[in-house]
Amino acid sequence: MSEEKKLFKVTIDNITVDVEPGTTILNAARMIGGDVTPPAMCYYSKLKNSGGKCRTCLVEVAAGSTADPRPMPKLVASCRTTVMDGMIVKNITSDRVLDARAGITEFLLLNHPLDCPICDQAGECHLQDLSYEHGKEGTRFEFQKRIFKKHDLGEYIQLHMTRCILCYRCVFVADQLTEKRVHGVLDRGDHAEIATYISKSLDNDFIGNVIDVCPVGALTDKTFRFKNRVWFTKPVDAHRNCSKCCGEVQLWMRGDEVFRVTARKDEWGEVKDASDGRPGWICNECRFDKKDIKDWTIDGPSKINRHSVISQGHYVGVKKPTDFLPEVMGGRGPKLLMDIHKVSEVNRPEIELSKIEGPAHSDDFKGSK
Amino acid sequence: MGVKLLLEKAHVEGIRHYDVYRREGGYRAVEKALKTMSPDAITEEVKKSGLRGRGGAGFPAGMKWSFLAKPEGVPRHLVCNADESEPGTFKDRYLMEFLPHLLIEGLIIASYALGSNATYIYIRGEYAWIPDILERAIAEAKANGWLGKNILGTGFDCEIYVQRGAGAYICGEETALIESLEGKRGNPRIKPPFPAVKGVWDRPTVVNNVETLAAVGPIINIGGEEYAKIGVGRSTGTKLISACGNINKPGVYEIDMTISVEEFIYSDEYCGGIKNGKKLKACIPGGSSVPILPANLLLKTAKGDTRLMNYESLADGGFATGSSMGSGGFIVLDEDQCVVKHTYTLARFYRHESCGQCSPCREGTGWMEKILKNIEMGKGKMSDIDLLWDIQRKIEGNTICPLGDAAAWPVAAAIRHFRDEFEWHINNPQECLTRNYGLAHYADPIHVPTTA
Repeated sequence: MSEEKKLFKVTIDNITVDVEPGTTILNAARMIGGDVTPPAMCYYSKLKNSGGKCRTCLVEVAAGSTADPRPMPKLVASCRTTVMDGMIVKNITSDRVLDARAGITEFLLLNHPLDCPICDQAGECHLQDLSYEHGKEGTRFEFQKRIFKKHDLGEYIQLHMTRCILCYRCVFVADQLTEKRVHGVLDRGDHAEIATYISKSLDNDFIGNVIDVCPVGALTDKTFRFKNRVWFTKPVDAHRNCSKCCGEVQLWMRGDEVFRVTARKDEWGEVKDASDGRPGWICNECRFDKKDIKDWTIDGPSKINRHSVISQGHYVGVKKPTDFLPEVMGGRGPKLLMDIHKVSEVNRPEIELSKIEGPAHSDDFKGSK
Repeated sequence: MGVKLLLEKAHVEGIRHYDVYRREGGYRAVEKALKTMSPDAITEEVKKSGLRGRGGAGFPAGMKWSFLAKPEGVPRHLVCNADESEPGTFKDRYLMEFLPHLLIEGLIIASYALGSNATYIYIRGEYAWIPDILERAIAEAKANGWLGKNILGTGFDCEIYVQRGAGAYICGEETALIESLEGKRGNPRIKPPFPAVKGVWDRPTVVNNVETLAAVGPIINIGGEEYAKIGVGRSTGTKLISACGNINKPGVYEIDMTISVEEFIYSDEYCGGIKNGKKLKACIPGGSSVPILPANLLLKTAKGDTRLMNYESLADGGFATGSSMGSGGFIVLDEDQCVVKHTYTLARFYRHESCGQCSPCREGTGWMEKILKNIEMGKGKMSDIDLLWDIQRKIEGNTICPLGDAAAWPVAAAIRHFRDEFEWHINNPQECLTRNYGLAHYADPIHVPTTA
């Protein structure tokens, strides 16, 4: 018997990849990356059994497999559907998917406050990203949103249930990282809430990770809340010797001041594995107590790619996302609706406005004297 | 008089107790099955009978049984779904309350066929008095050697346990039921894996409705082929219908699926006509989740044929002009009923019962309820109708479990067939608080296009 594993061929939006059997559609799409990857609000690859709940990652399966090429009748949750050999998946090339995703985004925003400017998560909020890409410009919801009081879950974590989208990630963190889970979901439907039942505090060494997994501003770090906007702080990789966790973290700094400590995240906003292969979860001591630059050995600026407004800062090592559009469209480029030089009476064809250094000057246009 | 299999002995005095039930020929089927048939032969017999799941989806029961994974050394389970929470449905309650031994007989045979040594009845919390009846019946059966170790000397062991739910509609969904049975929060699981592979405690499991399992006894008694001769087409055997609403004789009726809807509503044998001599306006033929139909489409299909009380005929025309057999909760609305208010009531129910796990159902059901309440209270806008349509369209098919679909369909059907009643509500915000739209044209004969 040969040890060689048979790989499955799966085509997502006209791009074919070879993946190992048992891979989910979402993870196959993440191998391609870029726009082809469906958004995921509840799935978290490091947490077992997560996913399937938010429905933002719904995709259309146009052909089940080579053996059985029938399409699947319903849209499927790509995070919980494994690929078959010869499967053809449509994500951004399917109108049904885009329509459903716009619907899901609208549903998620129904009871979510639209006050990003005063929310501490703004700038690194997955729901913000999702609404930017798939949301509509206006709301059709004309009723009172559901509102909860803010709760302190212990000394370090604040829960603002009003912002919660019930992704269950924090419940999985408590289940899988800590010895005893003391919080969960109470009640049901749109009045369901994350709670500890009788305002118990969450004090386990690893419970701080619920802040990192929360896709929205429902669980926030009380040692950082409203101290600074994330896009003003600079992410720096650092490490220390920690007896409890891997000690590899990201410091969010301004000057020499450490504002916040989080786990290192990958391009999907998930906690990265540490350099020794262990999961990169960090302990409460590293997260909340070590806010002095002297506690840490700096490794250098973090590599930021794609994720939200943070990549808009001109950090070292910013990676531009790959443009998959020509490949998705089968080799065709996007259709040029008009050539600006043909319709504009002021442009000068020899000057590419997007490529000039600094702001445009009147000399860059025709008719200037 | 139609054939009766389930309720044949329902009116015998004391049939609830073992002695009377046994005297009337009870447990014959268990004897026949365990002594003369192999487990596979029983499954084959059920397949031949064409028995379809009576819980609502109508999936062939024998097929479901044959899908059960049978890995070596892993226990398998049969779970009886007695979480009958669909508004308008109360047939299982009747069976369990008055004929508990009929269910237990079916459970023993099915457990034998599937190889389940521990079988569970998951019953909704609101049926607070029924677990006592079932447990007493189980004790009687055990005392007489029908349960326990080495039943009838066949070497087959079986115990039946009754587990009460805490009162959640969602726990009638089979994977939510399994979660709840395991002692967890009743959230539906994401499928696959299906219960037939990973069910209770990750063991292969079959979940069947009470009525489906109760029908197994009679099938073994008369034989699958004989059972399949009752009814028409793929609607075989008999079905319990729980009729309620504005009718003279609400109650549970056993039909053989050959009678017409008109006969069922108006004949004295069944519902006995509309109460107080009123006119029929609309009807939900299969429990609150299935589309509501106006009187004209209920009695005749869009093609002009008479609509019969069976799976195929009720579903004739798809959701555009048909409905569904569902769980058999037959809700009749007379001319004084308001479809808007009715739809609002259902939307409120689904909002209350949504588990909140996946976003379309959690948020969408609440939104629909709020809009419908506005329309009902005379505060609606014309654009609300299209908005409702758009919301239900975005819930349907995009959720983890069928509760999302069940919440979307009644709203969709009400708008599809009763749009002018919604519009009247919006155009007459004062009047709609004091009177109803009435029968209007909903019972008028429909125009059937003639085909050459």
